[in-house]
Amino acid sequence: MRPAYVVRRIGFYVLICAITLFFAVPMLWIASAPFDASPGLGVHWPDWTLENVRKTLDHPYAMHSMVNSLLICVTTAVAVTAFAALASYALSRVRIPGRDALLYGLLLLSSVVTGTAAMVPIFVMMYQLGLIDSRFGVALVMTGGLLPAAIFILKDFVDAVPKSYEESARVFGASTGQILRDVVLPVARPGLATIMVWAFVNSWGNFLVPFLLIRSIEKQPGAVLMQTLTDEGGSVNLQVLPVFSLLFSIPVVVLYLLVNSRYGFRFHGGIKS
Amino acid sequence: MTSATAPARDRAPARDVAGLGVGRALGFVAPAMLLIGAFLVFPALWTIYIGITNYRLTGVEAVSPSIVGLSNYTKALNDALFHNALWLTLLFVLGSAIIGQNILGFTLAWVLRRTRPVVRRTVEAFTLLAWILPSTVVAYLWVAFFDRDGGTLNGILGTPGTAWLIDYPMACLVVFNTWRGTAFSMMLYSSALQAVPPSQLESARMVGASGWQTLRDIVFPHIRGHVLTNTLLISLWTANDFSPFLLTKGGPNHESETVPVYIYNVALQGGELGYSSAISFLLLIANLLVSLVYLRLLRRRS
Repeated sequence: MRPAYVVRRIGFYVLICAITLFFAVPMLWIASAPFDASPGLGVHWPDWTLENVRKTLDHPYAMHSMVNSLLICVTTAVAVTAFAALASYALSRVRIPGRDALLYGLLLLSSVVTGTAAMVPIFVMMYQLGLIDSRFGVALVMTGGLLPAAIFILKDFVDAVPKSYEESARVFGASTGQILRDVVLPVARPGLATIMVWAFVNSWGNFLVPFLLIRSIEKQPGAVLMQTLTDEGGSVNLQVLPVFSLLFSIPVVVLYLLVNSRYGFRFHGGIKS
Repeated sequence: MTSATAPARDRAPARDVAGLGVGRALGFVAPAMLLIGAFLVFPALWTIYIGITNYRLTGVEAVSPSIVGLSNYTKALNDALFHNALWLTLLFVLGSAIIGQNILGFTLAWVLRRTRPVVRRTVEAFTLLAWILPSTVVAYLWVAFFDRDGGTLNGILGTPGTAWLIDYPMACLVVFNTWRGTAFSMMLYSSALQAVPPSQLESARMVGASGWQTLRDIVFPHIRGHVLTNTLLISLWTANDFSPFLLTKGGPNHESETVPVYIYNVALQGGELGYSSAISFLLLIANLLVSLVYLRLLRRRS
């Protein structure tokens, strides 16, 4: 009994350590290489320096691509949140004819029409509309792609908000506009914040859409610039890429931690484009 | 995309408490529907049309494409590279989603369920980090990890000079995607495991059931539905995943060219927009079938 127990415990911790190492080891590089005087592709204890950070800040496109990412993702996040909020409120509170079919269709759309399955027609469409190489065009495509899922998540959220607030406001004679602005909006704020973060994180990590639609390097968002720099290779890029990877990851991690601590649940972000 | 995990639970009658009215409600829904219609539904339907033309990126067919009927589809039937892409996608889904993410995710959920919070949080933090980091960053991390000269893997194994991404591209992709996506299965299974009645686990221990027996006879019947829906969802995501492009670009010599990468290469490298649309349409149909099964399973469970 006793030795068997000890063996089991040891096996248990060996398993946990092995799994943790599997997840951690590929990540170590992003912690060591940015501050290493001679950065390579392998992980080793760095010869501390901030030279790479300076190189990255001086890079002609690196910081610029962060601004591009920010432009695209803020536009997308705001548009997704605004349009999804309007639609989900109406779908939750008003019985519009054909509502259930519409909701079912949206649910299907969110998983069926993926970026990869739609890349060719989207490319052709944007090409014919003259929206190739336009950051606004990228934000539009991302907004369209994220909206069905956003409407669904928000509708679940609005459904859970008790209707009694709106009813009592109505009893006291508030107009529809007042109810929406002063009652519904404040109550729905956590849901809206979550959706905004979710949309931001999703578009921040999206590689395929800007990769298809953006041509010039000065308009590339960070996700695409990383690929451009990787393809170029060279020792300068080996100094820039680690720092850039780190900087580019920070917003996602910070936002994730924020949502997780504020609202206590895990949003499903960053895995699919 | 994720909302697919949140099924419509609402069966309560909608009451128009703010006095919106059907007219204004339609106005609220319209902008979202316009965007979804223009950038999601229209492209999906348009693949059908482009798929029966010989439309190309450049040349005569770029200016005036003509209808070629189903010849793109008959071409796909005989295209060895397309068959290769299908086979590799199948391997990728089977290895990294159905086996890799599923089993590792369940193992983590099961093992971490009763460990000390410090241990659990540490392990979860790394798995979640792998999941939330931007795809270009993780792809670069793994390119560095697998690198021939000075990559960490060669350092650990003492095999300098092995070009993993060139010699074993599919195995690398399977490991990469298992690493990338396990967090989702882990979270899903940890919440599913909470639905297993502790009293049943307790009685299993009292009668001296082994760990394997407990899993098979008590845990599994409770979470069977979750295993099915989870497998469908991660398979769908994996089959549509574009990150293999970031690691290998489909190479060397088409050895890791999964369907998404193949579509990209045919469309934008080869310029055959018509043919790649036909393949995209096949992918859409496959997605539709999987999603329909998935939604049916969800509905039956609730």
